[in-house]
Order: sequence, then structure tokens, then C-alpha cells
Amino acid sequence: MTTARAGSATSLGKDDVAETVVERARASYGRLIALLSARDGDIAASEDALSEAFAAALRAWPRTGIPANPDAWLLTTARNQLRNAYRHETVKLKAIDEILIRMDASDAKPATIPDMRLALMFVCAHPAIQEDMRTPLMLQTILGLDAGQIGSAFLVSPTTMGQRLVRAKAKIKLAGIGFALPDRDVMAERLDDVLSAIYAAFGTVWDGVDGDGGGQPSLAGEAIFLARLIVSLLPGEPEALGLLALMLYIEARRPARAGPDGAFIPLREQDARLWRRDLILEAEAILTHAGALGRVGRFQLEAAIQSVHVQTPVTGSVNWAALRSLHELLLQHRPSIGAFVSYAAVLLGMGLVEAAREVLDSLEPSDVAHYQPYWVTRHAVLAATQDGEAEAALKRAVGLTRNTSVCAYLLAQARRDRPGPP
Amino acid sequence: MQFMLIMNETAAERDKRNDPAVAGDYWGAWTAFVGEIQQAGIVVNGDGLQPPHTATTVRIIDGKRVVQDGPFADTKEQLGGYFTIDVPDLDTALAWAAKSPAASGGSVEVRPIMLPPPNAA
Repeated sequence: MTTARAGSATSLGKDDVAETVVERARASYGRLIALLSARDGDIAASEDALSEAFAAALRAWPRTGIPANPDAWLLTTARNQLRNAYRHETVKLKAIDEILIRMDASDAKPATIPDMRLALMFVCAHPAIQEDMRTPLMLQTILGLDAGQIGSAFLVSPTTMGQRLVRAKAKIKLAGIGFALPDRDVMAERLDDVLSAIYAAFGTVWDGVDGDGGGQPSLAGEAIFLARLIVSLLPGEPEALGLLALMLYIEARRPARAGPDGAFIPLREQDARLWRRDLILEAEAILTHAGALGRVGRFQLEAAIQSVHVQTPVTGSVNWAALRSLHELLLQHRPSIGAFVSYAAVLLGMGLVEAAREVLDSLEPSDVAHYQPYWVTRHAVLAATQDGEAEAALKRAVGLTRNTSVCAYLLAQARRDRPGPP
Repeated sequence: MQFMLIMNETAAERDKRNDPAVAGDYWGAWTAFVGEIQQAGIVVNGDGLQPPHTATTVRIIDGKRVVQDGPFADTKEQLGGYFTIDVPDLDTALAWAAKSPAASGGSVEVRPIMLPPPNAA
């Protein structure tokens, strides 16, 4: 394996340079965008300037050698780009400019580049930004995903997603959303927005249809990266730890979710030997650490529920009592539709069919009309009492399922339910 | 960066101005807020407005001036006053907006002031 040696000015292959540029783009994109945009909130201009800087690196580095501090080189080049773009405007020199000016490409200490990514994440998930654009903004600005990649994960055309991203970035600049961390008193609330946006990237995950990603490309890896990043930047926040643990538990089960033929396998029928023990152990350790911080919240409770699920194969039985009390606590913290439906499934698992039905009946019809897990659970509750409406509920569930292997599983279940000859 | 805090009040809130039972509290809250925001040295401009029934609206229709009694739109909350403030960012502006009595007895819209177009100079 050949590695380009930093600073060597001779005989650098174009491939070595290209490799380094790609590596920088992956490792430092969000860090550089955050720093460049913190100046005046103009993310779009920073993106343009940074892509110019990457292009310049591809041209210059084969001649000059890879600089000792590639990030500082990229930052300086991007800053010059921005300065050219702004030369007709009188722009006040801000603290960020000072930092950029003092940056020296020959300085090999990467620690000299301040990390503004946390502030950028709070900007992306600011309440002034439309809720459904917070996750796409974060994926683009922190991870450098393009509108096409983001659009396909959210079932939106690249053009539409591109336009929405442009509008959202314009709003950040024009509305004057500052690149500063929120004050202590609004921190918890705003952190919840950031964590929710990360969890949205992870996808719709619910245990009744474990892993129903809808067939679109999964952003699970990206979401876990963002959660790890926020935990490293805010190590004392139990809910950030809770979110990371929650996603690791779910991710650990991925290898067991599909049979060799790709058929969907629900949680209770999965081969637990296929679960990733390394991720489960990591999740357990993180959740324990979060719990020790003494501030319980929605994500820690959801992670604790996952922890109960992964213990089932060890103990040989489902700890329904624990699941029930965790769900009741979760409903106190966050009475969401998902939490109610999940609670109903737990009650059904305990044999409390009437109680499960009451929980489902208490939900607003308009809130659950398009919520697939509701119809899966409703079917299970009705089937348990031989209710004639069960099949209709299952049909609604199938109609709302985008993942084809989950669809096939539900249809097979319908055939099993139906009495009499096939 | 300059923002306008557009203070909207409900009719019930506005009527407190002249209700002897609550006028003291109403004006007390506003005096405290105005004192604090003035002292912060961020106020560019600001005024309270007379009630909507004192408004007169004009528009040009088919080249003719049409003058009407009352405000432009009949809405649940109406403009009661405004402040233009100069603060670093939206969150600072929102924090001031939230402190105003209008945030509790109506709503406050926070809008950035438009910069002059680039070629206007």
C-alpha cells in the first residue's frame, strides 16, 4: 500500500492526491463547513467555496506535495474564495476571520482548528427551520451528502430536495440564526430537536416491524456517526448517550432481520446468535453511563426497552413486567403515537387483550390513519379475539408497508390467520 | 443585525389598558419591559400604537383612492406596537421577544430588517 507522505514535494502520484482529497472530504467536510459558515451564516456560499478549495487541491497538491495540515490549506483556500465572493461588500471582520487568518497551512497540529460542528447542528435543528428539513440539512452540512442521496432516503426527487435545501439555507442566513450554542435554560429543549433530527435519519424503526426501512437506502450508519459525534462533543448529556445506545441496539439486530432468501424475520423469531454482540455490549455500557448521570428521558427509556429485548434470548423469556413499566414511564415523558402503539403491543404480549384494545381505541383516528405499526398491532389485537375486522386491519397495514419483505411477511400471516382450507 | 419585534395583542389583552382593575398590572409589565430593553442599549426604534379602531386604511383601486375606516384585516390578534433592535442573532432577538408582555398576551413575530439592495449605494 502506498501512502502519500505529508510534505514530500516530489513524485506524488495523482492517485495519491485524489485519495487524500477524498479522505479529507470525508473526515473534515462538516468541520470545515461549520467553521466557514459560522462567519456569517451563509452555508451555501461556504459549500461553494469549499468545493472550489477541494478542486484547487486536486490541481495543486500533485505539484506541491500534500501540505502538513491539509485542513488548514483547504480552509485558507476556501476563505480566499469567500473573500473574493464578498469583495464588493463591506463585511465586518469577525472573530471567525481572526481564527481563519491565524490558521497556517504549515501548522501540523490539527487541534488548532476549532470544532464548530456542534453549533452547526444546533443551527440545522433550530426551531425556526421547518421540522422535516432539519435532518436533510444536517446530513448535507455535516456529512456532505448530496441532494440526490438525501432525496432517495426520504422518497423525494433530487430536484425537490435540492430546492428545499437551498430555501432552508437561505432561511438560516436571512433569519439571522446564530452559530452559537443555546443558553443553559433552553439547551435541553433544543438538544432534543437535534437528537430527534438524528433519529429521523436512522429511519422509522419499530419492533412490531423491526427494521422496516421502507426499501429506501438506509442512513443508519450516518445517523450513528452523528450520534457518536454529538456524544463526543457533549459527553455529559444523558439523552445524547441514550440515543446512541438506542440506535446501536437496533443496529445490532440487523444481521438477523432477514433470512437467506431476504425474507423478513420479526424480533421474536430472530436467531439471536446473529446479533452483533460488540454493538450490544457497547450499547449496554453507554446506557449504564447515561443512567448514572441521573436525568432520565425519552431516548434512554427507548434504549432501555431495547435492552430488555436483547436480554430475552439470554434469560429465555420476555420480561414483560419490565417492558410494561418502561413503556409507562416513556408515555409520561413523551406520549407519542408510536409509544402508545408499542405499549398496546406489550399489553397484548402479556395477554391483556382488552387493555391493549382500549389503548388503541384511545388514539385519534386521523393520527393513526397512515401509521403502519398501528394497523399491525390492531390486527394482532383483533385476531386474538377472533374479531372479523382483523383482516381489514391487516390489509391497511399491508397497504402502508413500503418494504417488500415486510409486506410478504404480513401477507403470509394473513393466510395463517384465515380459517378453513387455503 | 437588526430585527423588528412585531407585538400582537388580542382584543382582551388590549382592553386591559383602560380597565381600572387590571390597567395597573398591564402598564406595569410594559414599563418594566421597556425599561429593561432600553437599558440594554439595543433599541433602534420602537412605538406602541393606538387601538385598531383608530386606524384608517387607504388603497388605490382603479387609479382611485379608497379610504376605509379600521385596520386592513380583521384578525384575532392585532398589531399593538413594535421595537426595532440591534442584536447579534435570532436567538437573542427571540429571548427579548419572549420577555415582552405581548408574548404572554398574544404573540411576537420576529423579522430581520431588510438590508438595502447591493447596488443601492
